[in-house]
Amino acid sequence: MKIAVPTSTGPVEAYAYTGGQALDATRPCVVFVHGALHDHSVWTLLARWFANHGHCVLAVDLPGHGRSAGAPLSSVEAIADWLLALLSAAGVERAALVGHSMGALIALEAAARAPERASRLVMVGTAYPMAVSTALLDGARDDPLAAIDSVNAFTHSTLASKPSHPGPGAWLHGANRALMRRMQAGQADVNLFLNDFQVCDRYRGGIEAAARVRCPATLVIGERDQMAMAKHAGAIAEALNAPTLVLPVGHALMTEAPDAMLAALRTALGVAPATATA
Amino acid sequence: MPGYSTPGFDTLALHAGAAPDPATGARAVPIHLTTSFVFESSEHAASLFNMERSGHVYSRISNPTNAVLEERVAALEGGSGAIATASGQAALHLAIATIAGSGSHVVASSALYGGSHNLLHYTMARFGIATTFVRPGDIDAWRAAIRPETKLFFGETLGNPGLDVLDIPQVSALAHEHHLPLLVDSTFTTPWLMRPFEHGADLLYHSATKFLSGHGTVIGGVLVDSGRFDWDAATAATGRFTELTRAYDGFHGMVFSEESTVGAFLLRARREGLRDFGASMSPHTAWLILQGIETLPLRMARHVENTRKVVAFLAAHEKVARVGYPELESHPDHALAKRLLPRGCGSVFSFDLKGSREDGRTFIEALKLFSHLANVGDCRSLVIHPASTTHFRMDDAALARAGIGAGTIRLSIGLEDPDDLIDDLKRALKAAGKATAAPATR
Repeated sequence: MKIAVPTSTGPVEAYAYTGGQALDATRPCVVFVHGALHDHSVWTLLARWFANHGHCVLAVDLPGHGRSAGAPLSSVEAIADWLLALLSAAGVERAALVGHSMGALIALEAAARAPERASRLVMVGTAYPMAVSTALLDGARDDPLAAIDSVNAFTHSTLASKPSHPGPGAWLHGANRALMRRMQAGQADVNLFLNDFQVCDRYRGGIEAAARVRCPATLVIGERDQMAMAKHAGAIAEALNAPTLVLPVGHALMTEAPDAMLAALRTALGVAPATATA
Repeated sequence: MPGYSTPGFDTLALHAGAAPDPATGARAVPIHLTTSFVFESSEHAASLFNMERSGHVYSRISNPTNAVLEERVAALEGGSGAIATASGQAALHLAIATIAGSGSHVVASSALYGGSHNLLHYTMARFGIATTFVRPGDIDAWRAAIRPETKLFFGETLGNPGLDVLDIPQVSALAHEHHLPLLVDSTFTTPWLMRPFEHGADLLYHSATKFLSGHGTVIGGVLVDSGRFDWDAATAATGRFTELTRAYDGFHGMVFSEESTVGAFLLRARREGLRDFGASMSPHTAWLILQGIETLPLRMARHVENTRKVVAFLAAHEKVARVGYPELESHPDHALAKRLLPRGCGSVFSFDLKGSREDGRTFIEALKLFSHLANVGDCRSLVIHPASTTHFRMDDAALARAGIGAGTIRLSIGLEDPDDLIDDLKRALKAAGKATAAPATR
């Protein structure tokens, strides 16, 4: 669905995938926030499940990504403000915030800026600080397509993820590469890759933000993650007093292990199998 | 498993899409010969049907063995995913039927496999999909053929049987200028010789019956999507691809391009095309093709090496009027082949025998190692006379446009000892010469 998000220069149209169901803000809401050079489509299986199991779902495209208009924003704080504005524009007062990688930092910051509006916080494939190497930033600046290939290789932990995403026959390495290239090509005036990785690298407010979060929080991390290594998630987990669920996958948790991610999210969001309604 | 760097082609040919079976520990890919898959619960069943979870329901739609083949070919091609089909023809039909319908139009190269020409010229026309055929190297003709209802550009990486090299960078640039995707038949080249997506193609397919399997035992096809074509942008610009960008009542009101930004085409092809047309591949066939792909790099190198020796022999033979192989300077697409096919131009080519039709018949019948049959890409060497077999439905004018003469003979060079192949050809050429010299008493 399209949502007009108010900004200082007037409303800017944003897109949010609603899981195949019309948005019903009276239901418990789950908001999915993608990571660098991604869009809502990394969440579609999970979004459909929650939308068909009693939830209101918004899987957003961040500004400058996918179907959302506007220039890409250049800080976690600015994107968190945008996310909260989007929820207000959609009539959603309170939501569980689920973010992956860069999106996890955005979800954290949004939950800190408006603690009363976050019912749960789930940080997927996360680390803090999410420092990006100088070599990768240089690569993103000088040869972004080659850097995309490098990131894509580090994102996946196997050549055989089953049952694949969004369905059998999808080659995750190729699909992720195509998605990142599509996002990069969508911005004529901005190097989106460099922008997004700088957003991650520059964010310094994580521990302070964690102190302001009042909702239950959970980390879901991949034990073979080479982008946001599991060993770098401990500090933020401790600051949030959050349990950490570890899946046997790499950074692409939602696509490498869609079933395990669903189980983890059900746990993190308190949606037990017994209470689910088909 | 690798994963920390981009795996090479040979590694992908062995490992992409497959890991030891988690249930049994089987190292080789198991053959999942089952029609259907047990649901964990009613809720699990509903979630699979509603695309909330990924998995297998019924083998017409997907199957674990087929999925390995699909992922492997997609990996080798640099694509986002693939669908295994009952044949190469089924793959072509699936590609067209996914985005075209009555009133649609295709612009296609005139240098096509006869079966593809039939499908487009006769059969699809009966269903309201028209095709304009153009010479593959005539970019102005491609441009002039575009209509408001055009949905697709289509050609073969190496045209059959004249081996016209499709200028994929040029043709795809024109297609994209008009918000159209380019589909290529990559059967003759395989990803070992050329990866069309790297040159601008958007969709491709293989008759996996040929080089991908290599053993000549099964019929199959694979349709691969690059994931690069922006169906939403094309629809916004032209209104053409609403099949992928508007809600589809036939599947949960799904908007495929919203479900998967880079996988919309394959989602509809599988969820509609395999479901409704049903031209799916047997898991046993998928398994056999996988056995072939494991050695594809080794076989293709040998195919090309043998072919070069045979081509050199024929090009120097007094009974041969012409050899149509793009590595020869005499081939019209020689320069293009050097640019797009540096590893070689495959192992299927044609040549013209000097003399009469009778010479041609005698030549083919005198061959002992070469098998006279309607196939290519086998590990065994093959021979056929296109004008009377694969392209027999084409009239003389269409044959001429496809670069086929009455005396054209097509060879598919296999993996035998090349000296033995040359001996066989030498003997048959000598027999053909005697046919001309002998008195006409037969």
